[in-house]
Amino acid sequence: MSLITFSKRTFRHGVHPPENKHGTAGSAIRQFPFAPEIILPIAQHLGAPSKIVVREKQEVLRGQLLAKASGYVSVPLHSPVSGVITKINNVPTLSGKMVPGIHIQPYPASGQEAIEGEPIDVETATQEEILAGIQQAGIVGLGGAAFPTHVKLKVPEDKNCQVLMLNGIECEPFLTTDHRVMLEQEADIMTGIRYLLKATGAPKAIIGIEANKKDAAIHLSKHIPEDLPVTVQVVPVKYPQGSEKMLITSVLGREVPSGGLPIDVGVVVVNVATAAEIGRLLPHGRGIQERVITITGPGVLDKGNYLIPIGTPLRFALEQVGIEGTIKEVYMGGPMMGMAVSNLDISITKGTSGVVVFTERDIRANQKVYPCINCGACVDACPLFLNPSRMGILAKSKAYDEMAEQQHLMDCFECGSCSYVCPSHIPLVQQFRLAKGIVRKRKAKQKVA
Amino acid sequence: MERKTLHISTSPHLVKGVSTVDIMRNVVYALLPVAAFSIYAFGLNALLVIATAVIACVLTEHVLCRWSTKDSTIGDWSAVITGLLFGLTLPPSFPLWMVFIGGVVSIALGKFVFGGLGYNVFNPALVGRAFLQAAFPVAITTWSEPFASDRFGSVASSVLALPFMEPVVDAVSGATPLSAWKFDKVVAETQDLMLGLVSGSAGETSTLVILIGGLYLIIRKMMNWRIPVAILTTVYLLSAIMHFSHPESYPSPQFMLFSGGLMLGAVFMATDMVGSPITSLGVVIYGIMIGLLVVVIRLLGGLPEGVMYAILIGNALAPQIDKVIQPRVYGTKKISS
Repeated sequence: MSLITFSKRTFRHGVHPPENKHGTAGSAIRQFPFAPEIILPIAQHLGAPSKIVVREKQEVLRGQLLAKASGYVSVPLHSPVSGVITKINNVPTLSGKMVPGIHIQPYPASGQEAIEGEPIDVETATQEEILAGIQQAGIVGLGGAAFPTHVKLKVPEDKNCQVLMLNGIECEPFLTTDHRVMLEQEADIMTGIRYLLKATGAPKAIIGIEANKKDAAIHLSKHIPEDLPVTVQVVPVKYPQGSEKMLITSVLGREVPSGGLPIDVGVVVVNVATAAEIGRLLPHGRGIQERVITITGPGVLDKGNYLIPIGTPLRFALEQVGIEGTIKEVYMGGPMMGMAVSNLDISITKGTSGVVVFTERDIRANQKVYPCINCGACVDACPLFLNPSRMGILAKSKAYDEMAEQQHLMDCFECGSCSYVCPSHIPLVQQFRLAKGIVRKRKAKQKVA
Repeated sequence: MERKTLHISTSPHLVKGVSTVDIMRNVVYALLPVAAFSIYAFGLNALLVIATAVIACVLTEHVLCRWSTKDSTIGDWSAVITGLLFGLTLPPSFPLWMVFIGGVVSIALGKFVFGGLGYNVFNPALVGRAFLQAAFPVAITTWSEPFASDRFGSVASSVLALPFMEPVVDAVSGATPLSAWKFDKVVAETQDLMLGLVSGSAGETSTLVILIGGLYLIIRKMMNWRIPVAILTTVYLLSAIMHFSHPESYPSPQFMLFSGGLMLGAVFMATDMVGSPITSLGVVIYGIMIGLLVVVIRLLGGLPEGVMYAILIGNALAPQIDKVIQPRVYGTKKISS
């Protein structure tokens, strides 16, 4: 049985930004040292922030529960290190908001053995037990969205999951974490898939990988156990194929309905790194303590893929890898969808897939914005076949409701392809983000009234 | 690591290398061979006409911007394109004072009143030319022969005519292949049309040079190839049908394709992004409409040439085409027929 297929099929439209993956694709995952102080903001995922269950001056062990889930759409937080809690106060986050955070000073002499909890046996555990185990492990989508994984895996009563889709696309330029995880943690991924198949009830799994990571595809296909119904499908390189909708269209040729979810077409999508983490943690009943991130960019001296303790301050991480020149722009995530950092005193969190650093000499001066010349580049780039040009004109006249009602504004998942191609440098996706926020607020207000 | 302010921007943090100014500048590059051939064929007269057109357009844009207390936008090269295109659509011995007025009208009426680059409904060069067609119908249909022996040594008296004086028509003047066919049923050789060995507007005579410029822009992905392809295919097919049903009344499709302003209009004017629809299907419909109009005006109308009107009507229809042709948004059901 052939376990790997090379398909020419892909979604329509999209863009091809320069990949810039050569700097780190070949570098094996390396363990990152503990920072002198680990700072853990409690809001590391979408949904309700977790509730702190420890106090200042308390000694904690690596893997110990620091904050528990505060509801269904919430996950707990575990200590990435053995040490002492020095402070609990408000700390800055990527979004600029201050949230409660826990400061831990690691014990340098500690062996840093992680404590184990209740193991979950994939053979005997029920669907509910696996989902609960995933929540207890504090697992969120490691692709960058940080949405609690157990919520995503819960298939509604009236739907059924035909395909478990593993997302190994990694279409963002610069990032190579999923690539390395696929090459180095094949056993964890396969174990993770066992849990995921059981949790979703899917009869089979497909791992989708872009053609620029053929080595990973071949490697994984060689390591699929006899009894596991998994295939690998290699698809052409294109951005934003890592988006769930685009991946499903590329691999299965199905379209997720507007306003719907992948399960509406019988699919649940999970990032490969998330699957690997499930396979790594659940057999031991552990909580997530570290994750793989790519630290790269023209200014970084020791570019690479690092297994980094969650809560490592960004400033410490950058000092460790070394920066040449003056830091001018830092992104958490890739350069297409990642967020620019306004403050180096934030921490690496569960949702950080990469850190990309640009120094003074790489930054292009702010590009001048010209009027829309109707060139149609954005229309040809939008993977959802929206009309960004038209929406941009509407946004300019603040016609947000018209954008939502007639132009499918709310379908936009903000991949930024339109802004990327616009020769007039019109901040299209930026305007749509703003417009979406305003439309959501108006809707919420209407509900209240 | 020094502590310095970080530069904040929202994603995407990458932009594609091509800017609007790059596109405009490359259109100018693509037009330069056309202008060069025009000067080679028609000598000093064409040089003066094209130069005056460009100067008039750029100057008007600059003055109007400053007058409305905005920064001058001549740096975006779009006024240069308008000037070049406008100059290339005029007879090579056109009086310079009329050229100047036409250039001012192109920018002021064709572009500025709509709000400048990106907001104009019609191709500004054609607006200027349409104005001249209405104001000076005789001068704009007075043609000179190409490759006159003294073309680099002397300037036609019509070119230097004083403003508002009736220009003296030069002794040597020729009919364009289209008017020769329309009024005298004389059909020019296809090869002469391809190479530009015929009389006509300054920049419309050599099909070959125009195609090279268009090809350059298509290769650089700065022009939508669907537009010229749709126009030319429509003109070819439609005129072929008419020619083969009544060979004595209608000229061959090759003649239709390579004569008059069709090539210049299809390649450089109908493709003006601002005035054309935005979707791939939209531009095809737009191209077919322009092609239809060209054939109808040329073969059934009273004028020998119809490209200018066809494109202007196409420009007017473009926003309507965009309204009707909306791409089907991902995840929405196809409208069942």
